Parts: sequence; C-alpha cells; structure tokens
Amino acid sequence: MGASLAESLSPGPAVSSPAPQSPAYEAVIGLEVHVQIRTRSKIFTRVAAGYGHEPNTLTDPVVLALPGALPVMNRAALDAIIKAGLLLGCEIAPVCKWDRKNYFYPDSPKNYQISQYDAPVCRGGAVEIELPGPARNVMGEHKRIPLTRIHLEEDVGKLNHGAAESLVDYNRAGTPLMEIVSEPALHSGEEAYAYLTSLRATMIQGGISDCDMEKGQLRCDANISLRPAGSTTLGTKVELKNLNSISFVRDGIEHEIRRQRGILERGGRITQETRDYDGMTGTSQSLRSKEEAHDYRYFPDPDLMPVVIDEAWRERLRADCPELPFDRQRRFIAAYDLPYTQTSVLVWDRPLADYFEAAVRLGAAPQAAGNWIINDLQRELASAGSAPAECRVSPSHLVALLRLIESGVLLNAAAKEVFIEMFATGDSPEKIADRRGLRATPTDQGELEGWCRESIAGNPKAAAEFRSGKDGAINALKGPVMKAAKGKASPKAVDETLRRLLAGG
Amino acid sequence: MTSSATPLHYLPITEAAAALSAGRLTSAELTEAVIARAEAVEPRLRALLSADPASARAQARASDLRRASGQSLGPLDGIPIGLKDVIAVQDQPLTAGSRMLANFISPYDATVTRRLRASGAVLYGRHNCDEFAMGSSTENSAFHPTGNPWDLDRVPGGSSGGSAAALAAGEALATLGSDTGGSIRQPAALCGVVGLKPTYGTVSRYGLVAYASSLDQIGPFGRTVADVALVLQAIAGHDERDSTSLRAAPEDFGEAVTASPVPRRLGLPREYFGEGLDPEVAAAVEQAVAHYRGLGCEIREVSLPHTPYCLDAYYVLATAEASSNLSRYDGVRYGHRCAAPRDLQDLYCRSRAEGFGAEVKRRIILGTYVLSSGYYDAYYLRAQKVRTLVRRDFLRAFEEVDALLTPTSPIPAFRRGEKADPLAMYLCDIYTIGANLAGLPAMSVPCGFTRAGLPVGFQLIGKPLGESELLAIGHAYDRVHQWGRRSPNL
Repeated sequence: MGASLAESLSPGPAVSSPAPQSPAYEAVIGLEVHVQIRTRSKIFTRVAAGYGHEPNTLTDPVVLALPGALPVMNRAALDAIIKAGLLLGCEIAPVCKWDRKNYFYPDSPKNYQISQYDAPVCRGGAVEIELPGPARNVMGEHKRIPLTRIHLEEDVGKLNHGAAESLVDYNRAGTPLMEIVSEPALHSGEEAYAYLTSLRATMIQGGISDCDMEKGQLRCDANISLRPAGSTTLGTKVELKNLNSISFVRDGIEHEIRRQRGILERGGRITQETRDYDGMTGTSQSLRSKEEAHDYRYFPDPDLMPVVIDEAWRERLRADCPELPFDRQRRFIAAYDLPYTQTSVLVWDRPLADYFEAAVRLGAAPQAAGNWIINDLQRELASAGSAPAECRVSPSHLVALLRLIESGVLLNAAAKEVFIEMFATGDSPEKIADRRGLRATPTDQGELEGWCRESIAGNPKAAAEFRSGKDGAINALKGPVMKAAKGKASPKAVDETLRRLLAGG
Repeated sequence: MTSSATPLHYLPITEAAAALSAGRLTSAELTEAVIARAEAVEPRLRALLSADPASARAQARASDLRRASGQSLGPLDGIPIGLKDVIAVQDQPLTAGSRMLANFISPYDATVTRRLRASGAVLYGRHNCDEFAMGSSTENSAFHPTGNPWDLDRVPGGSSGGSAAALAAGEALATLGSDTGGSIRQPAALCGVVGLKPTYGTVSRYGLVAYASSLDQIGPFGRTVADVALVLQAIAGHDERDSTSLRAAPEDFGEAVTASPVPRRLGLPREYFGEGLDPEVAAAVEQAVAHYRGLGCEIREVSLPHTPYCLDAYYVLATAEASSNLSRYDGVRYGHRCAAPRDLQDLYCRSRAEGFGAEVKRRIILGTYVLSSGYYDAYYLRAQKVRTLVRRDFLRAFEEVDALLTPTSPIPAFRRGEKADPLAMYLCDIYTIGANLAGLPAMSVPCGFTRAGLPVGFQLIGKPLGESELLAIGHAYDRVHQWGRRSPNL
C-alpha cells in the first residue's frame, strides 16, 4: 500500500473555468463530507444510535471495544449508502469490503476505525448545483460537481475537555457514517455552499440522514489550493477543518482563498497543512503540518466478511429512490408551467412538493395549487410548527376549495377564511362555507345593476377613459360596486355587468 | 459413587455422564472431587490463574436439581469444564495471561460460555496461558509458568498450556483452549490429551480475546476423542455475533465418532517427517500409522510443497492482525493504566510498555512493520498469497486421501527456559500452523510416551468442515489405545 489515502485522493485532472474571485489566481476546492446515516442501531452492533443521551449509555462490549467483542454489520447502513450512490449516479461496487484504519486516539475505542480503503461502495457520480441567478426569480447557472467516491465507516466518540482532565463519551462511537469525497472541481465558497445545499437536500429527501449540522450529522472538511489562472497543475493544498455550518464552509473557504492569495501575491509559498477555521471570529490557525501525517496501516478487517451487493439488492433500493430536487424542478416547470420561484420553494421540501403533486393529480390547476401551498399552507404550517405530513388539510380538500373559488361560490377573501378553518379543523371547505355562511349568494341582477350605474355616474372620468379604449380604467369602477355588495358579488359578475352597461351607454 | 477404579477427577466425560444419569454419581460429588484435586496439585502445577469454587458448587447443585426433576440438559450436564483465560465469563477475571488485564473482570459471556452453560456444564477454573495466546510453552504468562503434569520441570506447551495441564492433572473433565498456530494441539500432545482445532468458523469467536482474528479458533481438550466430540457438539454452530462463523448444517459429532466408517486412505505429507523431528516422536507416530494400516487403511505419501513457507507467512499475518487487535489495550477505558501520565502520548506509551510482556511487544512491532506504508505489498499481501497456495496444497492432497496424519510437535515437552531464542520457540508450531493458514480442522491424539515418560501425540488434519470424519478417524485409534486416560504421577 504505497500512498496514503490522502495522497491517493489528491487532485487529479485539471478543471479549467474562469476564476471568479481573482484575475490572477484560480481556487481549486475539493470537499470531504461526512454524513451520519439515520439507522435505529449502530453500524456494527445492536445498540441504539442516537443523540442527546446521557454520556456512555449507548454502549455495549462492541462499542467499548472490550476484549473479545466482535463487529457484525448492520445491513441498513449498507442500504443507505447504496441508495445515496444510486441517487448521485455512482457506480455501486459488487462487494462491500471492510478495512481497518489504524491510529491511536481516545475517541476511537479500538484505536482503529472500521472503514473502506481501496474498495469504496460508491465511485463516481456527481452532485448537481445551482449558483445564484442574476435575480431572485431567475434560475442561476447549473453545474455538475463530480464525485470521487463515497465510502462507509463508523463514527468515533466525543471528547469533552475539562481543565484538568478530558472525558470521553462513546455514545456517538459506531454511528454509521458516509464519507462523500468530491473531485477538486469547485472554485469558490459560493459553489461549495451550493454543493452542500444540494447534497444535504438529496440526503434528507432520500431518507438517508437528517443532516442536522448542529448535531454533527453533516460535517465538512475542505481542501483548498490556488494556481495561476489558466494553469493546469495544482498548487499546494491546505485542509480546512471544523466547518460546522454551511455558511461557515463558504466563509472559511473565501477566507482561506484570500489568505493564500495574499501569501502568493507577496511572493510567499503555501505550506501543506491542516487549518482550523473559527466561524465566529472568521480566522483560522494551523493544526498540523504534513510531516505529522499518519501512516494508517490499512488492511482488510479479518472480523468482517465481504458482503455481496447483487442486482436484486440494487434494484430494491432503486425503487425506493425519490426524484432529485433539480430533476423535479425541471419537470414542474415543463409539465405544470410553474414559475421558477414557486418551483424553487417546492422542490427543496419533499413533503410540500409531494403535497402539490397529489393536489394536481386530483385535478387542481397547478399554478393556483402552487400559490395556495406556498403562501397559505406554508404560512399555517409555519405558525403551527407542523409538517406537511401531519397537515389536516388533505390535498382533496384543497382541490375542492380551488373548485369553489373557480365556480364563484367562494370569493377570495371568504376562501382565505375557509382555508384557515380547514387547517384548524380538517373539515371540508363546503362544510365550513355552509357553517359560516360564506357562500357568495347569487346577487339580484337588478340590485347589482343599480350599484353599477351608481358607480359609473359617480366616476364619469373613469367611464370616459374606458369608453375611449383604456380597458384598465374599469377597475376604478369595480371598487365602489364591491364595497356596496359587501363581498357578496362575484368579481366576474361585476365585470360583466359594468362592461354591458358601459357598452350600452 | 462409580464402581470404576478411576478417581472421579480422571473420569472421561462419557463415563461420568453415564454415572450421573444412572444416579450413581452427583455433579456435586464430581465437582467437589475436581476442586479438591485442584487444591492438591495447584501449588506445584500452577495451571490455574483463578477459580471460583463457590460458583462451581452452585452450578453443580443446580445441575443435580435439574437431573432430579428429569430436566437434564444432556451429556455435559453437571460436568466440570475449565476455560483458558482468553474466553470471557461474565463476572469472572479475564486476563489473557497479561499484566495489562490483571484486574479486568468481564461483564459478559463469550458465546462458547453461554453454550456451555446451556448444556449444563459446571464452569470451573480459568487457565494460565502465554500472554494474549502468543507462545508455545505458557512461559510468556505474565503471572507464572505452568508445569507439565508428567514432569513439572518441563513446559506443558502453549499457548493453551494451562488448559492442557489442568485436564491432564484432573482439574477438570474437559477444557477449552484457543488455537491460532497450534495452541491447542501442541500442548495436547505435550500433556498427553486429545485437542481439537475445528474448521475456522465452526465455533464462534465472540468473547475470545483476539490474537489473530483470521486464524483464531476455540476448541476442546478431552481425555478421549469421544469426549472432545461431546464438547464440540455443545460449542459449535453459527453465531450471529460473529460474522466469520459459518452456517454449516448441524451435525451430531458424538454420533459421528462411532457411526462413521473407518477411512480408507490416510496421507503422510513428506514435508512433515523431515529434519528436526525427534526420533522417539517419529517412532510413536509410526506406530499410530501402523495401527491404521492394521485397520485396513491405505497409507500414502503425499506432498504439501508450500509447507516451508508456512511459518513465515504465519508470522506476517498473525502479527499484522495482532498489532491492530491489541491496539485497544491503551489504558483509557479499562486495563492497566500507568501512574500519573503527563499527557496522552505518555499515557499510551507507559501503559502499554508496563502492561505488555516482551513477546507481545515483539509481535506488535513486527506486525506494525509489515503493515507500514511501503511494506504492505512485500509482506502482508505476499503472505496472503502464500496462504492461498497452502490451502490449495491441502485441498489437492484431499483429492487423494481422506485425512492427513503427521506428528503434532517435532519434540516432546522441553525444559522450562530451554528455548530462550524466540525463533527456536516458533519452530514448535511447524506442523500445526498449516491447518490454521488453511482453516482446516485438525486434532492431536496421544500415541504413547518417550522413554523419559513424556507424552507424544500425532495430528490428524481433515477436510474443511470434516470434523465428523476426523473424529471418527481419531476414535478408531483412540478407543483401542486410550493414552489420554493414563494419569501422571503427581
């Protein structure tokens, strides 16, 4: 095993695209993302995996590495990485093989980590990203960031450093973890931000992880190097650690790019090292240089037999893969003619998008359904603090509401009121409209004509403008009519009556 | 009480079980006899690292109550069985013969321990061994050496020397050892008892202190092949806590011993009868061969051409795995911790320097070296290739013969301190390592004594999962000669 893992994963083919941050230098960035897999039990034993428990309560002989304890693989963890690989278009290995990564540290109970060295479960694949567009309502540029590999390993415990001593909590040790390694194909903090946003949504929507960065369910290290723009060789890289929010990843990378550019512009050389970024202060400091790099002495773990991943296994998981957010967005735009801003709200929230599609399947007009879901449903969900899945307004009730509006039975203001009560009670819109007497009663035509004549008489200027061809002027005539009708006249009837009277002179 | 002239503590399991089930003997009596025997011989023999007579007596009483109410759990119910101190027993010490674990109490049972309990066995005695099962004389125990019951100045073999000596001395009716390169078979030969290393994966390793995971296998010592079959029956079988345990069809090994036909063809690998083989050992093995010939077996010479590379491959693979397996002993969570560590590095270095003995350190260093960046291909990978070739040698031989017959150890028990050179010690396992590398079942059967009165054993190596056949072959000799029933003058 000649090269260390870090070396063998070092930047490969050059990617040349204009550097947005400096005319003189281009930044080349690769990300290593650790994602905790959401499983009931740990990866090599039956003890529950969890967060926020009393220290050292999620342990057993295997987790604590007692003499004689042996690991046994949790197949749910392998399911999850295969699914992640299928979602990201990776090649899935025919066999899952385990290696030991040997190093001493108190958070690692065995002083080796069970991981995958030369045969990761996933190779290749890509994460599609969208960069910020020229305006909020305009789609930005899309890129596909290629992946090197995804492998499975066990998480380590947590050290709590006190003044005189350090305590170890092994609750996290043995939690299944995926390491997702990108090619060095990113060029800015903004791209890294977009990459993590997209990756996180994919993992969450695939049911693979909750990706809560505050709970350490998604962690990111960045390898950053600079090179003269147009160059195809890579500069010396610096690894940035402890980037514990997506914004800190973006800020930390931008900070590191500035730091390296400053050194290079002063004629200095970059030291290959690992640096710790402090997101609160926006500064970084060196943790260790390359000379202190480990020899992990990887070798196949003799306690774990290789596991064959056959076609049937892959297909079972493929059937369970959701549509990726960007694919769904393209489909929503093409099939439903939704505006970009609506789709970009819907597709990043899988339950919301699922709700939308259910309503459309039941016959809702897509744009109207989109509006109601994004504005009214989301607002009610947010104020109730609940999820779309537990929402009491069924998609069929929403469709019924839209029908009542369309047919003029419910006027807009009344519909809003009905919706709030639908959300609170789960009752059908018809029932609520009846109960509350909110149906627009068919107004007496004579009465409506009377209000319209009064309005025309009271606004001769608007009437004249309309007659001379300015169609919009009719709106000024509608207001007084609606006011007189106290919300019980349908806008459609008011519009028709006004036009008839104005035409008739 | 039994009418047999044999003292209770020297009874084979088959006879003790018959007496128990006939009501001529109680487990309490049998256990008491074993405890008394241990108390009598231990000051000189020192095969035990710890023992819990109170627990043994309670288990024996429970067994007698079961039997009285017609709930006997089978032939092992009420039989005192001891364990090498590398097998976890809940709430009992688990030292692995190391200062590192001198004060460690296991909070859980190994799978074999659970299975012995389920078969009603009375667990009594934790046996001395080479530290972390590394050695061939039990002299590497951090606590004390163990004598050979046939000559207390000589070693009992190793690493499971305490388990072989304890059985030969009557401190149990059967014992369990572990075998990574011969650690059951070599001490069985040197102490004059039967010892079986099953096919890799037949017996769960869960709860066995790991030395070299891909080679380690737990197996029984017994006075007769029939006894070994009964104990194997209790401990074998798939275990979902051990990924390397096999899903083999269940067999009745006790039945197999008597039911299987005697083999037609036995192979003598020529590489196992060359230089370094003691003439008296050779002569005793020749007599065993003659016995089989007399039974009508065809005896053929075969060749295992990669035999000369076994020892080298073994010491690369076993030490590589050991260097990683023993990393967990770091003074952080349990085990020996140095006094007043200055920092983390100091805690690791001094805890391990103080906790491990010389042979363990030698193997950790060797294993760390062969796995190092730049050396992996030359050592570890190449040794794995040798391993494949060794297994192929055996499988090819089994196309011609039903089993192989070899000496177990090139020499009989040697004097304590005689093999100070580690390489000389490593050569003790030269005939046993092949079966570990190839994952094959192999058994040492006693076949006589030297003029000096030291036991000699021969080894039978069988096909993968060929335990039944191997036991039947061994029994065909053992039922006639019963060398393992002789008792030392202690």
